[in-house]
Parts: sequence; C-alpha cells; structure tokens
Amino acid sequence: MCAHYARSVETSPTMAECGRVDSHTMDKSITLPPDEIFRNLENAKRFAIDIGGSLTKLAYYSTVKHKVAKVRSFDHSTKEAASDKLYEISVQEEVTARLHFIKFENAYIETCLDFIKDHLVNTETKVIKATGGGAHKFKVLIERKLGLKVDKEDEMSCLIKGCNFVLKNIPHEAFVYAKHADSEFRFQTTDPDIFPYLLVNIGSGVSIAKVESEDKFERIGGSSIGGGTFWGLGALLTKTKRFDELLQLASKGQHSSVDMLVKDIYGGSYGYLGLTGDLIASSFGKSATADKEFSKEDMAKSLLHMISNDIGQLACLYARLHNLSRVYFGGFFIRGHPLTMHTITYSINFFTKGEVQALFLRHEGYLGAIGAFLKGAEEDNPNQYSWGENYAGSSGLMSVSPDMYPMQRARSGTFDMLEMDRLDRQLVNLPLLQEPSSYIPDTVDLTEDAPAREYWLFCFEDALDGVVKRAVASQPDMPEAAVRAEKFRQKYRHKLQTLRYQPFAYGSLTVRSLLDTREHCLNEFNFPDPYSKIKERENDVALKYYQKVVKSLEELSWEDRQFALVRGVLAGNVFDWGAKAVSDVLESDPEFGFEQAKRQLEERPWLVDSYDQWLERLKGPPHKCALLFVDNSGVDIILGVMPLVRELLSRGTEVVLASNSGPALNDVTNGELQILTERIAAMDPVIQSGLRDDRLTLVQNGSSSPCLDLSRLDKALAMVVRERKTDLVIIEGMGRAIHTNYFATLSCESLKLAVIKNSWLADRLGGKLFSVVFKYEVPAGKPSQEAAVLTP
Amino acid sequence: TSVQCDWCVAFPWFGMDIGGTLVKLVYFEPKDITAEEEQEEVENLKSIRRYLTSNIAYGTTGIRDVHLELQDLTLCGRKGNLHFIRFPTHDLPVFLQMGRNKHFSSLHTTLCATGGGAYKFENDFRTMADLQLHKLDELDCLVRGVLYIDSVMSSGPSECYYFENPTDPDHCVQKPYLLENPYPLLLVNIGSGVSILAVYSENNYKRVTGTSLGGGTFLGLCCLLTGCSTFEEALEMASEGESTRVDKLVRDIYGGDYERFGLPGWAVASSFGNMMSKEKRESVSKEDLARATLVTITNNIGSITRMCALNENIERVVFVGNFLRVNTLSMKLLAYAMDYWSKGQLKALFLRHEGYFGAVGALLELLHPS
Repeated sequence: MCAHYARSVETSPTMAECGRVDSHTMDKSITLPPDEIFRNLENAKRFAIDIGGSLTKLAYYSTVKHKVAKVRSFDHSTKEAASDKLYEISVQEEVTARLHFIKFENAYIETCLDFIKDHLVNTETKVIKATGGGAHKFKVLIERKLGLKVDKEDEMSCLIKGCNFVLKNIPHEAFVYAKHADSEFRFQTTDPDIFPYLLVNIGSGVSIAKVESEDKFERIGGSSIGGGTFWGLGALLTKTKRFDELLQLASKGQHSSVDMLVKDIYGGSYGYLGLTGDLIASSFGKSATADKEFSKEDMAKSLLHMISNDIGQLACLYARLHNLSRVYFGGFFIRGHPLTMHTITYSINFFTKGEVQALFLRHEGYLGAIGAFLKGAEEDNPNQYSWGENYAGSSGLMSVSPDMYPMQRARSGTFDMLEMDRLDRQLVNLPLLQEPSSYIPDTVDLTEDAPAREYWLFCFEDALDGVVKRAVASQPDMPEAAVRAEKFRQKYRHKLQTLRYQPFAYGSLTVRSLLDTREHCLNEFNFPDPYSKIKERENDVALKYYQKVVKSLEELSWEDRQFALVRGVLAGNVFDWGAKAVSDVLESDPEFGFEQAKRQLEERPWLVDSYDQWLERLKGPPHKCALLFVDNSGVDIILGVMPLVRELLSRGTEVVLASNSGPALNDVTNGELQILTERIAAMDPVIQSGLRDDRLTLVQNGSSSPCLDLSRLDKALAMVVRERKTDLVIIEGMGRAIHTNYFATLSCESLKLAVIKNSWLADRLGGKLFSVVFKYEVPAGKPSQEAAVLTP
Repeated sequence: TSVQCDWCVAFPWFGMDIGGTLVKLVYFEPKDITAEEEQEEVENLKSIRRYLTSNIAYGTTGIRDVHLELQDLTLCGRKGNLHFIRFPTHDLPVFLQMGRNKHFSSLHTTLCATGGGAYKFENDFRTMADLQLHKLDELDCLVRGVLYIDSVMSSGPSECYYFENPTDPDHCVQKPYLLENPYPLLLVNIGSGVSILAVYSENNYKRVTGTSLGGGTFLGLCCLLTGCSTFEEALEMASEGESTRVDKLVRDIYGGDYERFGLPGWAVASSFGNMMSKEKRESVSKEDLARATLVTITNNIGSITRMCALNENIERVVFVGNFLRVNTLSMKLLAYAMDYWSKGQLKALFLRHEGYFGAVGALLELLHPS
C-alpha cells in the first residue's frame, strides 16, 4: 500500500534528492493527498510527536464517523407491523475512536505541519506531547505552526509505554527473524502475560531497560556503541553519508578481508574451546596496516558485525544477570532492516546458544509516538480499552525498508501508517483455553505454507468481483455505491498484491487475516453489512420452517434424534455465502433447500468422525452449561442450531449463544440473533422458558470476523462462561472450527463441527467437497466425571 | 608455587606465544653455568644466548623488554635471568629463517609454543626451520603464567598494581597490590581480541566469554582513520586527542546529566556519535579520532568485563595482554570504569608483564609438564 502513497506524494525528481540531504532540508513542493495521509484530521483531538534523527512519527487521536448496520424489531403492537419485513435494517452513522500514527522523513516536517494546521478545525487541544532526540530542535517550529504548546516527555518511558501497548493490543506484534528459514518472520503468539521483558533500544547509543509491569521499569544499562557508532564511524571510513546507504554497502561486503578471524590466527578452528574458524577474533584486526586498501563494502560489513555482535553480547549478559528470556530490540538501527535484524539475531544465538531469542516488533518505529500519545491521553484512559489494528488503514511491515523490493517505491517521500480502532469492548482470553500462552487461533500459517498461500491469495482475488457486486447490490438507493465499491476493489486488490510479495506484512498471513482485511476494507468504504438484506430474507424463510423441523425431530426416537440434530446443524452450515462454491449454488438456485443440503452431506464415517463418542457422552448426565459459537444466519442458525439448543435446554443444560458483535459475511450478528430468538421463543415454549429462566443467554463474542480468535473475546462473555461453570464448548462452521481453532485445546469438553465447502481445502485434509468434520474432544488427562460414571 | 625439575631439560629454554599480532618469546638465560658445562656446550647454543642477551633489538621489529627482565630467578634448580622478547607475527618467517641460519634444530630441543600461531605455523616451523613444536593451549598457559609470575615476584617489585583514586584524575596514582589468595579472579586478556576467564584455582578456570573488539580493533581502526601504522604511533596520537569532539556525550543530548537514569553528563552516549554530522566530521583531528577509538574500545571492554564480574560474582579483575603495554590511558580508563559503574565494588588490577604470561606458561610446560 505504501507504494501507493509513495507514488502519490512523489511529484518531482527533486523530491527524491531532498531525502538524501543530511540536514533537515524542508520540502514544501509536495501536496499531500488529504484522504490518504493524515486522515480524519478534522476530527483530531490530541497529538503527540516523536522526532528522531531522521524520521518523524506523528500520533493523533481522532473520531471516525462510519456507517453501521443496525437491526431493530418492529413494534408489533402498532399497525406499522403490517410490513412483511422480519425486522428493520437501518444504516446509521456511528462515531468511533481511532488512533492514527504516521511516519515520515524529517525533511517533510514543515509541509506536514502546514497541512495539519490547514486541516485542523475541530480540535480543542492546546498541547502536543513530544519525545525523541529531535523534539527540542523543532519545538519552535511546531509551536509556531500549530499554535500548540510542546510538552516534552521522557524518551525511554514513552518507548516502554508504547511497547506495552502494542504487545497487548496487536496480535503478532513480535517476531523472530530467521534469514534462511522458509518464512523470514516467525510471529509470536501473544502471551497474555507480557512481563517481564528486556527492551534493548538501539538509537545512536544503546539503552537497556527491564520492564516488570505496566508502570514499573528500570534502565539497567546501556552501551555507547550503537547506531550512531555505525553511522559516524561508517561515514568516516567510507565517506558515505546516509545510514541506509551504509547498510547497503554492508550488505555487499565481505568482512573477512578486514576482520581477523579465528582461522587467521589458528589456521583453522580453535577446537579446544569449540570456536569455529570463521569466528571473528579481532574486528578490523587485518586493517592494522598502512599499506593496504580496503573496500568500502568490506569495512561497512565489518563495522556492522562488530556493532551487532557487541550489542547482542551485552543484551545477553544483561538478560542472564536479570534472568530474562524475552528480549525485544528496537531503535533506528533496527527499524525493520533485515540485515541488522539478522546480525543481531546471529549474535544473540551465538552468545546464548539459543536460550534467549531476539524479538523484533512490527511497529517498533512507533513506540515512542504511541507512548507519548498515551501519556497525554490518560484522561481518555486508552489502556482501559482494547484496540485493534485496522488493516485497511495500516501500511504493512517493510513498507519502507530500503532492502526489500526497491523497485516498488522510491525511498524518500514514503509515508508509513498505522491505524488502530478502539474496540467497543475489552477483549480477553476464553477462560477455558488449556494453555493461553501457546494458543494459536489459526490452523495454517500461510506465511510458511507457500502452496496454501498461493491458493488462498488466488481464491480471494478471484472472489473479489463477486464481493464488489454484492456490495453494490446491498445499497440500491445509493448511486455512488458503485464508485465506493470500485475503491474498495482497488484497495483490497492492492493489499492482496502486497501480501503476495510480503506475506508477513501484517503478522502471520492466515485465512482469517485475509477475511478480516476484506471486512476492514469494506467498512472503510462504508459497506458496513453487504449481506444484511440477504440475511434478513434467509432468516425470514427459515423461521417459517422452524416448527416443522422441530416437530419432525420430536417424532424420532432419542437416539435417532441426536443424529438428526447433528445432521441438521451440518446441513444448515452448508448454507454459507462466505464460501464460493456455495454462493454459486445459491445464486443460481435459490430454492436449494434444507433437505437437499442434507443429501449433499457426506455419509458416515465422516472425514473426522467422533460421533459415537459424542452419543455415548449424551447418554450420561447433562452438561452444566454449553457455550456455542454460532456461524451463519438463516437455515444454519434457525433450523440447524436452534433445535440443538432446544435439545440441550431440555436435557437440563444451560446454553450460552455467542455470536458476532458486528457483521461479517452472512454470519448472524448478536443484534439479529436477539430478534430471531424472540421470534422463535414466541413459537417454542422450550426456548421461551429458557430465556425467561435465564438458562439461555445470548452474548456477543467481541469480534466482527468470520473466524474466531479465542484469545480476544468480549470480557462479558468470559465472565458468563466462568459464572455458569461452562463445561462444553461447541464451535460451528469452517471459519471458526477449521480455519481457526481446529487444533485449539480446551480445558473442558469441546465439539467442533463443520462442512468443508472448499474443494482445495477438502483435498488438503484428505476429503472431498462437503466432507464433514465432527471432532468431539475430552481434555487429555482429565476424563470427565460423567465418562467415569458411564464406564464402570 | 614451586616448580621443581624432575629431570634435566636441555638448554635452551624457551617459551613462545604466537598471537594474531605479536609473537611473545621468553628465554631463560642460565647464570650458573659451570666451567664443565661451558666446555660441553655446543657453539650454537652459546651463539643463541649471546645474540639474545647482548641485544635489545632484533632485526627491524624484534624488541627485548629489558625493564621486564627477571634476574636471579631459580627455575628448575637453575639460577638465571628470564628475558622477554616480542616481534610482530608477520615477521615470523624472518625469525624462522634466523632459526635455520643458526641451526637451531641441531640442539634437539623441544619448542613449547602456544597461541593460535602454534597451530597455524606448525608446518612452517617444520619445513622452514626443521623444528617440531610442542603445541599448548593458550588459556592454560596464560593462567599458569600469571600465577607463576605473581608467585615469584612477591619478593621484588610488585608484579600486581592498581590505581588509587581512579575517579579523581588529580590524585590517581599507581599502587602495588599484594595478590595474596588471588581466587576467584576474573582474568581479562586483551590481545588482538579479548578473552575473559574466571579463575577459581590453579587448575580450575573457565572461559566466560570474549569479544572481537580488542587491541587489534583499536590499531586496525586507527590505521584506517588516521593513516598511522604502529601501535606506538596510534597511542601517541590518542594521548594528544580529545574524544569528546568525536563522541556524543549524555550532555550533548540532555544538556547535562540524565538524572532520571543516573547518567552523568560526561558519559558517552554514542561513540563516534558526533561523526554523523558532516560539519563535525570535517572539524576533528586525527588525534581526536585516535583518542575516541581508544576510549571506545577500552570502555567497551570495561562494560563487558563488569557484566561478567556480576554474572560470575567475582570482585577482583586482572587485566593483562599487550593492548595495555605503555597504555596508561586505557588502564586508567578501565580502573575508572570498574570503580565508577560498580560504585566501588570492583577493583581493576594490572600486571607488569602484561603480554607475556602465555609465553611464560609455555616455558613452564617445557620444564614441568602438567
């Protein structure tokens, strides 16, 4: 995406040169496109700025108006209920909070300040928080241009505040760098407990801090040999002025012509100590002579090794002394440069023999700005909320790295962005996760699995036309919808293209992240719920069949009914607008019925089939409480899931139905489910009494994704789960039970069921289209007491 | 430590340490040769003794450190003087040629050698001078040499010394230190590169870590930055320069102390940090650059050492190695750094025979194989 921005601001060749000037030459010739950079500035409330040696990072908090789809039950007491609509769908404007972070070269600071001044209309703010070495240098300029008072904040504490914030709020923030692995970036799952850790910030010098909690950290050491040493000494040795150019020189050099290696002294390895011959014994040891010339490249490489090794060694010594195994690296020396990440990683591995991992952060460059912002925003309590990275508004990792894909962009004039949305609710772990620290929602990491990545990227690109069509069709009264839909297409296609080359741009690439990115992009262009009308129609049709389905189930014997219920859920799940194969069938044949769906299903034994164990279990005592993560609207929820809910309630099991907080594809939302449940309750005394006696509870899951991340769920849901002593979790659908959570282990019984509606995936799993996954699991080591009762 | 000879090892007695930059040679000159012995002594042996003891320089680059000579030493039941000689490793072929010319190999002596060069040049010794090397591990030799020299020096001028008042330049003076019961000690050997050892007893030590930023780095960078070519030249320049013009200090960034984290304004925040600016690059002298290089390398060794001392829980640190030769500047910096950053907990100690311990260890191995 950033290539896009680079293009839009790059107006003349002088621009590119401007960035090459050491000092902070201002460039006023550029015109910034307001709808792409500094977005929502007119509503910006609060600012912070972090000015480093060469880059400026600006943070602001703004409110974003965007459209949301709401459903509302008609008031059936009045006459207007005569409408044939099931419920009223309205698109409303909602205001949400968003954090914007923008990174640009110091050369553009004046242009940017002018731009901000011109667009800043609604702000009441009087101060701007500032941090970073360059803050004092631009103090006067900022105060004059913006009329805001510059309030300086300590750099180190800003960094740490920012670091805590991204580690807590952005999944896949931290990664291990492995140059020669299949995937260079190995993203870490977010351990809910991020403390304690060591933060090594490599700016001109090195600062090492031990962070023990949100408010407690200590600078435990540092070193004067840092990025400034590389830059300063490198400039002296090679007459190359720019940091990035020095790195490029280094990437082409051979350090062995400058460094004295162990083999230069020993003739081979120093076997007694296990030091290999290629190890550096003395950095620059071979240049101790007046009569030899050394190449710039070789000197730069030697210098890079010297500094990286030294920092790595000190970091290890501090980590060992303080008994810490998590070490994060940041600062301009790192700034996403693969070369420095590689040399630091190498050094850490060498000195700790793998005991300590060097971790890097996707948003490392923003830590100071985020921290400074948070310091100024304490009254808004940003830490009270959960925040989510907005994939539509954020540039990916490496978008401005000089080493990667230099063809895609000119280095200077590139604006890198991060946007984070304030989520309506605080997100926490599902309390029933077996091991929260090792839980990985996604089943396949497309960053590492190249064939799968290729397939899914193709698949999402291929489906794009259909999504655009659907989006336009969802807003028949809005003539400009086609234009917006086209913009959506461009944006999402661009994301897909970026991901083709940089699959690691937003953390591990997964089917979930591809789906979520699409939802973010749709929202960005005000298509809050393209399926709202379809969902309504399907819900309406399905409701008409509810009683009939329930009746026919009641006529069956207990054992037959259990099987029919499961088949019902599976058949219902075949109705899914999210999967391409199904949407094809549905669009061509709207009469495709519930019974037909059942016939499509694979016969037992299913691809994954633990139905017999499930049935045995049902013969035992009822569960205390079942938590059910539901999937689609229409037939799925009404004719598939609700009868099962009914059966569970009848058995004496309480039921918690968890549905999406916001729309995603044709998934039933919490708002819709409220109405549907009321309507069903009116027809069905079991459901009605369940609601009345508080034995059937509807909760939202906190997300707007077709997939499910059990480590980021609505806090209220977690509370209900705990209070009700939930002992069964049912996860339904391909997105929630196969793309995600297929391998999730829970501390209670769980049932994952889905129909595979994608032939590639079916093939991958060794099945075929409409194969069934029925995975009933009892936590290892603790067979349920009920099971013990059953088998004497 | 008493070293007694189990059998009589034939003269000449040499110990050799072939490092990345320098070859260190110790030679025991017997002073108790009886007339009878003298008569039996072959001419080659006499000529070698005369050549080594009557000169203080050999060829253009070989030097005998006369001030380090140990006189009236009893070694293996023989009385004599111990001589300390060094020459650059790149002149080893000249040395071998000389050995060949003087028919060294006819003496059928065992040549005990340590350092990487003992391995690298083993073949050259054989083919060029017909000499068979007895190769020894450099750290074993180093530890043995340090402990031996310290033990024999207890009567004469103190081998071990430290700097009193290291944080007060006006009152910083060199003082003898009695290294009684030396264990545990951290032994930091600064040659071309640096090795850090924790020594718990005569036979129990481990290499804690090492760094490639050592004496070779100082000289290598100085040569590139200033065009000098010898260690002495580089040191001379460093003594005349001002590193604060090259380095970015805490006060350059914060205007004074960075109080919040207890960093004094004079502390270096970024070595060579001022050199990021073109104007400042143009205004520094070669002397400034040499000084900054020295300070950078020395401080870095200081901080790695301090961390090792903390991790190993050792309070006494002995710095050795030829980087410290005639380098009071670095020694004082190290003394300062150890004292200041440890708040007086750590003591930096130095040994007069700074670079020769490996060679001494090799000689001891000849006389008293372990």
